[in-house]
Amino acid sequence: MIVGTLSKITGPVVVAEGMTGVRMYDVVRVGKAGLMGEVIRLEGDLATVQVYEDTSGLKVGEPVESTGGALMLELGPGLLSSIYDGIQRPLPVIAGQTGDFIARGTIVSPLDRQRLWDFTPVAEVGQHVSAGDTLGTIPESPTIVHRVMVPPGVSGTITSIISEGQYTIDTPVAVLDDGREVGMTQKWPVREGRPYARKLDPTTPFLTGMRILDTFFPIALGGNAIIPGGFGTGKTVTQQSLAKWADVDIIVYVGCGERGNEMTEVLKEFPELEDPRTGSKLMDRTVLVANTSNMPVAAREASIYTGVTLAEFYRDMGYNVAMMADSTSRWGEALREVSGRLEEMPGEEGYPAYLATRLAAFYERSGRCEALGSEGRIGSVTMVGAVSPPGGDMSEPMTQNSLRVTGAFWALDTTLAHSRHFPAISWTKSYTLFLGQVRPWFEEQVAEDWVDIRDRAMFLLQKETELQEIVQLVGPDALPETEKIILEVARMLREDFLQQFAFDAVDAYCPPKKAYWLLKTILAFYDASTQAMSRGVSLRQIMQVPLREEISMLKTTEHEAAIARMQEMIPQIADQIAGIEVL
Amino acid sequence: MTPREAVLDRSLMSVEYQTVNYVTGPLVFVENVHDVSYNEMVAIVMPDGSERSGQVLEVSSDTAVIQVFEGTQGIDIDTTRIRFLEEVAKIDVSTDLLGRILNGTGKPIDGGAPIVPEKRLDVSGAPINPYTREQPADFIETGISAIDGLNTLVRGQKLPIFSGSGLPANELAAQIIRQARVISGEEFAIVFAAMGITHREAAYFMQQFETTGALERVVFFLNLADDPTVERLLTPKCALTVAEYLAFEKDLQVLVVLSDMTNYCEALREVSTAREEVPGRRGYPGYMYTDLASIYERAGRIKGRSGSVTQLPILSMPDDDITHPIPDLTGYITEGQIVLSRQLHRRGVYPPIDVLPCLSRLMNLGIGEGKTREDHRAVANQLYAAYAQGRDLRRLVAIVGEEALSDTDRRYLHFADEFERQIIGQGETGRSIEETLTVGWELLSTLPMGELKRVREFIDKYHPAASSASTEKGDI
Repeated sequence: MIVGTLSKITGPVVVAEGMTGVRMYDVVRVGKAGLMGEVIRLEGDLATVQVYEDTSGLKVGEPVESTGGALMLELGPGLLSSIYDGIQRPLPVIAGQTGDFIARGTIVSPLDRQRLWDFTPVAEVGQHVSAGDTLGTIPESPTIVHRVMVPPGVSGTITSIISEGQYTIDTPVAVLDDGREVGMTQKWPVREGRPYARKLDPTTPFLTGMRILDTFFPIALGGNAIIPGGFGTGKTVTQQSLAKWADVDIIVYVGCGERGNEMTEVLKEFPELEDPRTGSKLMDRTVLVANTSNMPVAAREASIYTGVTLAEFYRDMGYNVAMMADSTSRWGEALREVSGRLEEMPGEEGYPAYLATRLAAFYERSGRCEALGSEGRIGSVTMVGAVSPPGGDMSEPMTQNSLRVTGAFWALDTTLAHSRHFPAISWTKSYTLFLGQVRPWFEEQVAEDWVDIRDRAMFLLQKETELQEIVQLVGPDALPETEKIILEVARMLREDFLQQFAFDAVDAYCPPKKAYWLLKTILAFYDASTQAMSRGVSLRQIMQVPLREEISMLKTTEHEAAIARMQEMIPQIADQIAGIEVL
Repeated sequence: MTPREAVLDRSLMSVEYQTVNYVTGPLVFVENVHDVSYNEMVAIVMPDGSERSGQVLEVSSDTAVIQVFEGTQGIDIDTTRIRFLEEVAKIDVSTDLLGRILNGTGKPIDGGAPIVPEKRLDVSGAPINPYTREQPADFIETGISAIDGLNTLVRGQKLPIFSGSGLPANELAAQIIRQARVISGEEFAIVFAAMGITHREAAYFMQQFETTGALERVVFFLNLADDPTVERLLTPKCALTVAEYLAFEKDLQVLVVLSDMTNYCEALREVSTAREEVPGRRGYPGYMYTDLASIYERAGRIKGRSGSVTQLPILSMPDDDITHPIPDLTGYITEGQIVLSRQLHRRGVYPPIDVLPCLSRLMNLGIGEGKTREDHRAVANQLYAAYAQGRDLRRLVAIVGEEALSDTDRRYLHFADEFERQIIGQGETGRSIEETLTVGWELLSTLPMGELKRVREFIDKYHPAASSASTEKGDI
């Protein structure tokens, strides 16, 4: 074991001498307190270490000991419904050891070592297994079956395997012909992507229940998106809403440098909320990684890697996993802070020049994959990263570099947020690159003319933006009636379709079919109106049609009832408007 | 340079170094030091024998970089001695601190009796484990409609006031301190950290506390504008350590006012520049987010303890620019913001709160049935939406004139004016939440019934013209 001595301390970055033999990104224990750190630069026998804990009180000359390996996660049953800090230390266990405040140098096991799991073997003695093959299964939560898999790089013939029964995670599950034991857990370095057989094209949409996203800017399972927005625009509410409603099996939610009270909200709500798809608790399919803004900066840097590694582990079991990172800007700032302490040459706005590379490497860990192993399991990791651009200015490096590597841009807009239009996602600035890939699914599952309806609605919204500019200059009276109706219909689209109440029991989640019918109803109103106008009916008369009022109630009406009602309503709207007499 | 040896002073059992070799700005570099720890406190013995305090910012095998809290004037290279105190920055805490005035590093300066410490605590504190945090949920009535009605403050929240030079942020803070109470009627203990404020401002607060009798429940940390800049780096940490002690060990409801955070950030920048660190935006250090977070995040509640720390930081936006790094980073950490507007102030509206950019992220947790009133959320949303529309129309009117507007639009325009006059511009008197909501409904009743989409379900119960309202609805 390599042991050196501390020679320099500046905040979270320290330098140790006598570290010959240590490797980059090896984890070390710093000082008598045994603070955890990671080697980030080597120079002769000097190693520069970023420390995951507060370094106050450390002295020059204290020992620095290498653990001989990179930052590893322990992956196994019991991850679900856990809450970890940035380096996989369970916060409830830390609280049990050190009280309400987090003390330094705490070493705790990431998984419960006493708990007994119901193991059912799948593989048999004599069977040849290789990486990714399932040895047995464990019901980890009421809805998730955990697969005990052969770890990457291991293969052989099984000479013994434990029988059905209850075991702790430290029990060796099987022995292979080379004498190697395969356990119930495996370790994996966080900065390295877990291997898979091959990447597949993402074609199934990642349904979020948010009308503006599912209809206008959908992404696919295995895709990635960023949500940038100034403070107060609703990034966290949007992220939490996605975590609650997204149509996936498992959620990994990383609170990276965010507010403690917000994490508390997640911690309080998730165990109480019901998973809308399975009826069990949301927490049963969630892993939380919480590294709040006042927790050490280096652990914040590690937290998103911890998150994505957890996500990949469940992807390998064949699940669709969504990872929310809130906020990636805090990760970027942690990178910048450490880079500053290393006195590296700063790039744009003080961020290190390798920011783009790191971001690309991170986002490329998303994807839909065929897992290793003979079963050909297919799983996916979808990533949604929040970005907090300083001053709401999207030209800053974090937003711009993220845009280059992600497939969708869900831009939050300060003006919308100020007028309390939520979700405050801008329909003029946002975009998605996944439309072509998920379009067939919508055409098959929702309606053949889905794209058509979507594009027409989008056109009206874009047209409204143009018309608003004219109105700002000359007033609404200068517009012809045919354009005034566009303003009215666009207003309906904004208020009765785009706005969605995250706190309303029904409206919080909108299935794509209902979204489609809502659009179709509003467009039916528009079509009937333009037709009536060509007969000489005035806008005023049209706006008095009684059914117009009912359209605004539909989003809070129970889904099936609303869809049924809309199917009846569309011909009624046409009739009512056609029945208006020209004055 | 001649090597100088360390002088061992046996009587104090600690090492004194006479090896200062470089002094710049607020920093002193000391050579040939041993056994020094990071963030350790030091005493600097000046050539004339007086002492100053400082803290180790960086330590390498033989050099320590020290920031001096009281300034480096008068320090020389030959005779100044440095003594390391072998502990990180700590403060003596006690419930007796209530009613006392302390300097920026927590020493009494009111001439009163010395403080008998009940505990001696590390000022940098430790992060609260997110798992043991209790979700804030109790409404705080500040008596100010723009806050209570539209951007409700709850216990355990951190809600900054974004001000500008010449705007009455201090008056607003003093009013909040005077009026704030939780529904159970419990009074707040106030921890007030003044950082670089002028003597006049300090006197204003003192006089406010004295006349209202609040002084005995205030701990007043005072670092004035002409006090050493670097000292104010410790002030908020000391103040919050006292606040945490009072809240989590003595079960008090504590309201912490930090004024002015802009001065704190300036001090941070000064030290960073002196250390020749790579500057971030506008010269502020790259770690300012982390540093501010370590202050603001020390608000909240803890499971199983009845006390709470609520923070009300005040900061001046340089040139009223909300995208300046200080308000920007603050907004990303705090749970909302109260923004003051120069325009409203010029028109004589007090408090001049511009509600559109204001936000309270925890509002939903503290309002509604059983906390304030069932219609609170709906009324707030409707007021917001209507006011935003009225403000939009003002711009339009400036171009096309009022004649071009429809009747409904004219009503919105009028609504916006009255909103600023009645809801925001309430003056010095406090309003209960009931009163705020009543004024809100009165204002809303000036709009056509059909426009009140967000309060539809409460119209029958609360609309001033409720009886006629139900018949009108019946017509539809």
